[in-house]
Parts: sequence; C-alpha cells; structure tokens
Amino acid sequence: MNFDFSPEQELLRDQARSFLAANCGAPLARKLLDGNVAAGDDLYRQMAELGWIGTGVPEEYGGFGAGGLELCVLAEELGRGLAPAPIATATYLAIPLLLLAGSEAQKRKYLTPLVGGELTVTIAVNEGPRNATPRNVATMAENNLITGVKYPVADGARADLALVLCADQGGGSFYLVALNEPGVVREDIPAQDPSRPQAKVSFDGAQGKAVGKPGEGWALLAKIYDHAAVLYAFEQMGGAHAALDQACDYARARFAFGRAIGSYQGVKHKLADMYVAATLAKSNCYYAAWALSTDAAELPLAAATARVSATKAFDMCASENIQIHGGMGCTWEVDCHLYYRRARSLAVNIGSNLVWEEKLVRALETRPEEAA
Amino acid sequence: MDFSDTTEEAAFRMEARAWLDANATPKAHPNQTWASVLEDKTRDNIVRLCKEFQSRRHADGWACLHWPKEYGGRGCTAIERVIYGQEESRYIVPRGVVEIGQGMAGPILMKYATADQKARYLPPMATGEEIWCQIFSEASAGSDLAGLRMAATKDGDADDADWILDGEKIWTSGAHYSDFGITIARSDGAVAKHKGLTFFFIDMKSPGISIAPIRQISGSSHFNSVRFDNVRVPDAQRLGAVGEGWKVALATLMNERVSVGEAPGPDFEQIFALAQTVELNDRPAIENQMVRSKLAHWYCETAGLKNTRMRSVSALSRGETPGPENSITKLVSATKAQDIARFGADLMDQCAVITDPDLVLGDGRFQQSYMQSPAMRIAGGTDEILRNIIAEHVLKLPSEPRADKGLAFSEIPTGNVAGETGP
Repeated sequence: MNFDFSPEQELLRDQARSFLAANCGAPLARKLLDGNVAAGDDLYRQMAELGWIGTGVPEEYGGFGAGGLELCVLAEELGRGLAPAPIATATYLAIPLLLLAGSEAQKRKYLTPLVGGELTVTIAVNEGPRNATPRNVATMAENNLITGVKYPVADGARADLALVLCADQGGGSFYLVALNEPGVVREDIPAQDPSRPQAKVSFDGAQGKAVGKPGEGWALLAKIYDHAAVLYAFEQMGGAHAALDQACDYARARFAFGRAIGSYQGVKHKLADMYVAATLAKSNCYYAAWALSTDAAELPLAAATARVSATKAFDMCASENIQIHGGMGCTWEVDCHLYYRRARSLAVNIGSNLVWEEKLVRALETRPEEAA
Repeated sequence: MDFSDTTEEAAFRMEARAWLDANATPKAHPNQTWASVLEDKTRDNIVRLCKEFQSRRHADGWACLHWPKEYGGRGCTAIERVIYGQEESRYIVPRGVVEIGQGMAGPILMKYATADQKARYLPPMATGEEIWCQIFSEASAGSDLAGLRMAATKDGDADDADWILDGEKIWTSGAHYSDFGITIARSDGAVAKHKGLTFFFIDMKSPGISIAPIRQISGSSHFNSVRFDNVRVPDAQRLGAVGEGWKVALATLMNERVSVGEAPGPDFEQIFALAQTVELNDRPAIENQMVRSKLAHWYCETAGLKNTRMRSVSALSRGETPGPENSITKLVSATKAQDIARFGADLMDQCAVITDPDLVLGDGRFQQSYMQSPAMRIAGGTDEILRNIIAEHVLKLPSEPRADKGLAFSEIPTGNVAGETGP
C-alpha cells in the first residue's frame, strides 16, 4: 500500500513551498491588509505560468490533466504560505464547476484563458446575512438577464467572471456572468481577512449564460462543495502547521523567569495538543485526498471529516499561537493575526463547522451497512 | 495513493489468513472480544488457552513474528507484522499472557544475555511453555521510573557474587502465572539517579518473592504487587553492566509505549448506535444537534487515528521508519474512551446507574469503560508524560529544569509520599 504522495507530488510541494516563501507569505498578505488591492495580481499570473491554475484541468482545455492529489499538495502549501491570490476560489470551486457542468463550447471558450491567468473567475452564492439555502437565494434570471445582489463574493471586485447561483426552476441554476459588462456594480466590502478580499456584487439585468441544466444549481453546488471541502481542508491543515511552527519557534526563543517558555508544561502541553489536532487533520486530509482522486463513494464522508478536523485544527493553532506569543501576539506587527484571520475566513467560506458536522453525521447515517 | 498490497504483501496476507482460518474463529462483528465469548473466565483457563494457542502458532511457524528464526521466531519485516495484525484482528484469538515476555523480555535477552542463556530461555518463551513478566514500577516511582528504590546489594566482594534484592514493585501484569521476570533495582544510591541502576532477570519461584493482586476501581485485578525479601539472584542473571540498567530498561519502555496502543471499550460505532437507539426530549437522540456535533467530533478523532496508523503502515511498507505521528494514538484514544463512556451514560439517562448487562443498553460496556478508562490515561505513559514526549521529542521544545539534576540519588528530595524510605 502507499497512503502517501508520490515523489513527483512531493517535488511539486517543494517547488510550491519555496516559490511561495519567496513571493508570498506575510509580506504580500500585509500589502493587501494595507489596502493595496492589486498586490496579488502579479503572484496570480506567476502561479498561472507555473501551471497551478490548470492543475486539474484536462490538457485539451489548456491544463495539465493532473489528478486531485496535485491540487491537494498545492492547497496545503497555499495555506502554509498564506497565499492571498484568488487561486482558491478559482481552482477549488469555479473551474471545477465549469468542468463539471459547462457546455463543450463554454469549456473551450473560457478554460484556456482561465488556466493561463488572462481571466479570473469566482463564484457568487451568498445573499447577505442569512445562510445560503434555497430559501435565502432570490437572484433571478429572466431570459438570461440576471438581477439580484450577492455578498459576500470572494475576490468579487476584481474577478472577470462569476458563476452566479440564481433561484429558478426550483433547484436553482448557475449563470456565467462577465463582471466587467453593463448591469454589474461591485464594491469592496471590509473583510475580516483582507488578504482574501470580499465584495458586494449587484446585478441589474446583466447578461448571463446558463451553466448546467436549469434546476440543478444547488445539486451542482453540493457536489462542488464536497470537492472543494477537501482542498480547503488541505489549505487549513497547511495553515495550522504553519501557525504551530511559528508558536514552537517562539516558545523556544522567548525566555521568562530565566528559561524558555517552551520548557513550561503549561506551554508545551498546549503545543502538544496543537500538534495532535494538526496531525489528526492531516491524516483525515490524506484519506479525503485518496477519496477525491479516485472519486470514491466515501467522498462526502471523507470530505466532511477532513473539513471538520482541519477547521478545528487551524482555529486552535491560530488562536493558541497568539496566546503563546502573549501581548506581542496581539499587535499588528507580529504575524500571528494573519493566520488568525485566515483561519476564520477559511472556516466559514463554504459553510461553517455547524454545517459540515451536520453533513458528516448525515453521511454516516446513509452509509452502506458494510462500511460501519 | 492506493491501499493495495504489493505482490509479496498480498501473498503473505493470504498465507496468514489461511492459517488463521484453520486455527481460529472469525469474529461475528468487529468489536467482538475473546473475553466476551469465553465461558470459563478463570485465570488458569485463560493462561491454559493462551499457552495452547501459542504452541500451535509455534508449531506452524507463526510465533514471535519479529524474532529471528534461530530463537523460534519468524523473522518477519515490520510491514508483515502489521499485515498479520490486521488479519488476526478479524478473528477471536486468545491473548494477554505471552505478549509481555515476547515483546519486552525476549528482545532484551537477545541483546544482553549469553549464548547459553539465549538457548535456554528464548525457545520456551517462543513456544509459550514459559511465561515472562516485567517488574519495573514502584509505588513512589511511576512516571519518574528512574527514581525506583528496590535495593540490589552484592553478597560479598567477589566479582561474580550473588545479588540480594529487597523492595516492593507494583503494576506487574501476570506475576502469578509467570515463570520468569525482568526487573531493575538500585545498586548504588550514592551516584546520580540514572547511573545507580542494574538490570536482572529472575526466577519467579525464587525464595523471598511474594505476589499480591491489586484490586482496581473497575473491580478487576489485572496487576500485582511483587515483594522482594532477601531474594538471591546469581550475578549471571544480570543483563548489561552494573550501573547501566537504565539503558537496558529504556529499550523495553519504548516497546511498551508502542504496544499499549488504542484504549479498549465502546468506541465511535457503539456511541453512534446508542444515539440511534435512545430518546432525548421525546425525540430520537440522534436528531439532537448537540448529540450530532459530539458524534462528528468523535468520528473525526476515530478516523484521524485510523488514518494516522495508515500513514505509518505506509512508511513501513516502503521500508522506512514511520514518523512521530503515532505518538498521538494513546493520548487521543484514552480520553476519547472516557468521554464516550460518560456520554453514553448521559444518553441512557437514569438507567445508566445499572451495570447488569441484561438490564442496561450496550451490555454494560459503557459503565465498564467508565471505570477502566481512567487507568488507560495512565498506563504506559500518562497523558502528561505523552504530551511532554510530543513536545520535547517531536516539537523539539526544551525540557523542564529538573530539581534532581546533578544530585546523588540519596540526596534527592522525596516529599511525603508512599514508599518514602531511603535506599
């Protein structure tokens, strides 16, 4: 058996880690925090040149035709490197949705420029404070003209395209909308994690093109969320390990009462618990990666398990990292808050743990008898 | 990623399965235990059945998988042991008598005993004819095992003079039915704690040894105290040099931490089934959001441990040494077992006070686990020691300053605790 990534995939990890360490990390995240909204654009183009955007896209559409495992490796490193670019929204959600439901003509037209980084794409589901369920989505599509207000939309102020979930045909439908066209007004909205910017996008008769069959929108979204949950879990797990590393480094270097604070059991036991949470998350991520790459029947359960574990791990590691840094951890200058912000934005972006715990238990209730 | 065996692994698995099929009964369900199907649960019967099964294993070449063939083992690779374990876990197999000797005493003898001693003691250990126990802990030396006080005194000045052991040991599994034991004692109280220890193996029938069972809070008696009154041990039964006993002991302790593994008792599947059975506020408990959230949490931990084990097995399969990830297993599973036992009782509500397996849901196993799980958080490394190990060995954090550092053992403060009598 081989329950691990291949040497080629580990090579991709090494490449990604050193690229992100040199070009991304805290310095870039901080530029976005300081309001430089275009700070990630160069990085995104470079990622496209490295082939990352098209990792999971078949070669006929300009991609690399790699499987889900390569995307998992990249996602873990994006989390570790605090990558701010809209790569997550594009590669975990929007591009897989186009691949799954787009017409042949749509794939031919859009995937190559998306993979090349000439176009960027996001997904627009939420409509304000009520959680995203069919009852709470009111955006309408009449004769392919879209009207409604979506927020928060990740990277919505800068993306070229959005896959917009509309409330029609009972089950909802996705429409592809060019956000630079007439009928679309968008504005940045203040976000807890400005390195993952959010926008309010208003559609007033904007031209859209249906993606997928009418009425299958919510079903498509559920399917894409199971796929994306694995990748977000890898990103969260990577972030958890980075926060743990930062906390350990500090606990070894910082002295109080004449010795390193990491020598106190009150501190080292906390770090051990962070390691336990991050390790459980990592192992569950690996299983989910296997389920994703083989399109196994276990995917919904494996994805929810990885997602719930990784959300808890990143939340814990990011919070306790600040605690271990003490007062300095609460200052703008020290990088702890970058993980702390990212932990929360990743924790809620495709549904919070309240949603994913419910999905997990539902998957257990419906699993086949012999799987128990 | 794939979960399939290599050709060699698959062949080994089929061979193991064939032998188990011919020699053991498959479990009716994954959580069925040997104890639950055993009619005569007396100690004598358990020992007899374990010895019998070991003898059959040995006759067919399935004894002591990790031992070299010359001592009666099979010389398996690490991954083959894992595969055998996976296969055996699907069968009802007598266990609990031969493992400590074969897992801990055997490897120590292989490393430190003379050729004659190996030839005398290892083969009957492999066949199960002779049972060995491990006699290390003391009432005042638990996590701080090197603080042990049993005295080893030379009877005379000759280089090969006998040793006289005096003191009291505790937490010895199987002392009553063991033929031999490995132990460690203080041969010099005037030097630092770790430096004054010497390691021996002893004949459990030696005059001066008295064994008393310890009754645990669960009501059962898995452990004993072993008292040594002027027990004479030939110098030939010393393993390792005088004063080097700690080094010898460390190797066995690492084996123990690996072997304790996951806590027994109701696990995720049992608490999930219970939640589907009982009611809460006039509704099925499984519909309650708090219940569902707890189930999700325990499933994540259970799956996380299983998948962590798979990662280690995968490393073994490639012929590599597994990473430190398995160090979390007992830490996570012992607390989980206790939490699940407690929550199981909450779900049963007022009836949870009953322990009669015929009157309470879950065959009384939740109640049993509630009383057994506290010991799981202590045996083979307490939660606190395991966190220290993770923090210091995996995360490379500095160790805590030690008040006994640099002191002769006799100068170390002891406080007012049981067993406090100077060496």
